Amino acid sequence: MSVETEQLQSTLAAPGEKKNGTLLSIQDLHVWYELRRFGFGLAGYVRAVDGVTFDLGSSEAIAVVGESGCGKSSLMKTILGLVTPTKGNIVFDGQTINALGSRAMRSYRSNVGYIQQDPYGALPPFMTVQGILSEPLIINGIKNKAERAERIQKVLEEVKMHPVGDFLPKFPHMLSGGQQQRVVIARSMILEPRMLVADEPVSMLDASVRVEILRLLRGLQEKHHLAVIYITHDLSTVRYFSERIFVMYAGQVIEKAPVEAILRRAAHPYTHALLEATSDPEAANAAKFRDVPPGEPPSLVKPPEGCRFHPRCPHMIKDLCDVERPPEFEPEPRHQVSCWLCR
Amino acid sequence: MTEKKVLLNVQNLVLHFRTTRGAVQAVDGVDFELGYNDAVVVIGESGCGKSSLAKAILRLLPRNVQTYKGSVNIGGSDVMKLNEEEFRQNVRWVKISMVPQAAMNALNPVLRVGDQVAEPSMIHSGLDKKEAMRQAIKMFDLVGVPRDFAPRYAFELSGGMRQRVAIAMALVTTPELIILDEPTSALDVLTQANIFNVLKRIKHELGVSYILITHDISTSSELADRVAVMYAGQIVEVGRAGDFFPAPLHPYSQKLMASVPRLRADVEPDFIVGQPPSLFNPPTGCRFAARCPQRFDRCAEDPPTYDRGGERKVKCWLYA
Repeated sequence: MSVETEQLQSTLAAPGEKKNGTLLSIQDLHVWYELRRFGFGLAGYVRAVDGVTFDLGSSEAIAVVGESGCGKSSLMKTILGLVTPTKGNIVFDGQTINALGSRAMRSYRSNVGYIQQDPYGALPPFMTVQGILSEPLIINGIKNKAERAERIQKVLEEVKMHPVGDFLPKFPHMLSGGQQQRVVIARSMILEPRMLVADEPVSMLDASVRVEILRLLRGLQEKHHLAVIYITHDLSTVRYFSERIFVMYAGQVIEKAPVEAILRRAAHPYTHALLEATSDPEAANAAKFRDVPPGEPPSLVKPPEGCRFHPRCPHMIKDLCDVERPPEFEPEPRHQVSCWLCR
Repeated sequence: MTEKKVLLNVQNLVLHFRTTRGAVQAVDGVDFELGYNDAVVVIGESGCGKSSLAKAILRLLPRNVQTYKGSVNIGGSDVMKLNEEEFRQNVRWVKISMVPQAAMNALNPVLRVGDQVAEPSMIHSGLDKKEAMRQAIKMFDLVGVPRDFAPRYAFELSGGMRQRVAIAMALVTTPELIILDEPTSALDVLTQANIFNVLKRIKHELGVSYILITHDISTSSELADRVAVMYAGQIVEVGRAGDFFPAPLHPYSQKLMASVPRLRADVEPDFIVGQPPSLFNPPTGCRFAARCPQRFDRCAEDPPTYDRGGERKVKCWLYA
């Protein structure tokens, strides 16, 4: 099946998913990195993102779940405008952003907040909290010092750093991990964006703080009607946060569905494997072996023909899965799966 | 398991580090026991002294140690009495080996992984190179690394494979106890599940014991026969996994378990207000008192450890 028909299918499926209109629309996105041999001569491509299509409503939270190397970070970077897509479009609020000039790009970026994975690495060690939060305002032309102070005050209150005055002169190393992550969130929120991209925002934090940060994000999302893309490898945190889950494998989105549908009626064997591998703290776990497929995700330079999961898949159908890429099937409304089993 | 013989018995273990700001009381009076073919997981937040506990048991100490005392009994003999050289020859690798944190990134980049795995058995078991290599290959089979990976270098292996190599290295001298410090923290969920399958199989086949140190409470249950909860340098609760996971006793354990997001159960996770105390100058009395919802007057005094029967111990006044 050609890429166009696939795209058409998902546009047809889109209306039901929209919530207060589409804010971000990803259309057949490809991000390929060139591989060079000895610095010149093309040796192939790393197909980090290979044909991803989805729409995101203007106050919808989605989670992109996948293992490392599945292309979720490349997808995120492309959405942030840090990487130019090889093929396909990213449309934000009716504007195609992959070919924007630097000025328009700046205004786009002020609409999109980015929450990094490692808060300590993301905060400049030589700047105070006040400096860190002033910077985006200065760059975006807010010259009035009093106004800046007021906005910093407001955003720090929103991320629940009380009392604000105590934190302003502090450097990142003086803050705990949870507080650092709050500063990162405050920085991403200070320009009042319409969309947040959160790249594993809690994976570096302790269990006891994790939930606090997720709740904070959820609260901000609901209060400001933000669209949120939550990128993670941890399925257990997803349900507290997002409405829909996109499962990525080897550069492709293989299953899209609302949270409950994924947790209860996952259709793709890879999603099943992910669920099986995620443990809840129960003593019974120690007594049983987990039924997970062996092997590792494929190389993105020469991905397998057909379905990319077929070499590891326990339900592989010979001469079909290893030949033809499965199109998107819809076993139930708002639930799309790229797997021949759902024919 | 009835009538367990004790493999490891740690009594009042103390490890303080000297810094310019004073002593860091990383491990402060820890007691616990471990039987043969038993696995205990030590869970706690970062900075609670879990890794220091592992280092204290294996006596892998940095230079700035201020106090290091207590007793560590392995198979009936107190190894704290051994001097450094005796300890190295008779305990490390031979009786206890360790998979340190981020071991997969600590493999020597210029040695073939097979040689690296063979090396401990040449040094500690006195095997010659050929035999040691045979032993290494045997371990590769056991942990699920293909045999033809032996002549490869670490960078040619994926993260999961490198972690398996690190585990093979800890197994090669057939120790009785393996300390695993966050063995899967940098790995993907599927790889993580695979590694835990390997560890479970090794426990069945070789009868080794594990001390698993982790902050990931969900996956800790994958290997736990028993659970020890650590908070601010002390163990606040010990219990069998079957007792602990459904109903933890200590308020900290309860809060910690409540903060774990669950995939299958429909509960709203909670979080613990505040931060763990500084280990420079930990509060007198119960160290969790400042964050504890069930705090009362007595918490100003340091609670003793109460034995609740059935191998359950809890350090809290509520169980007086």
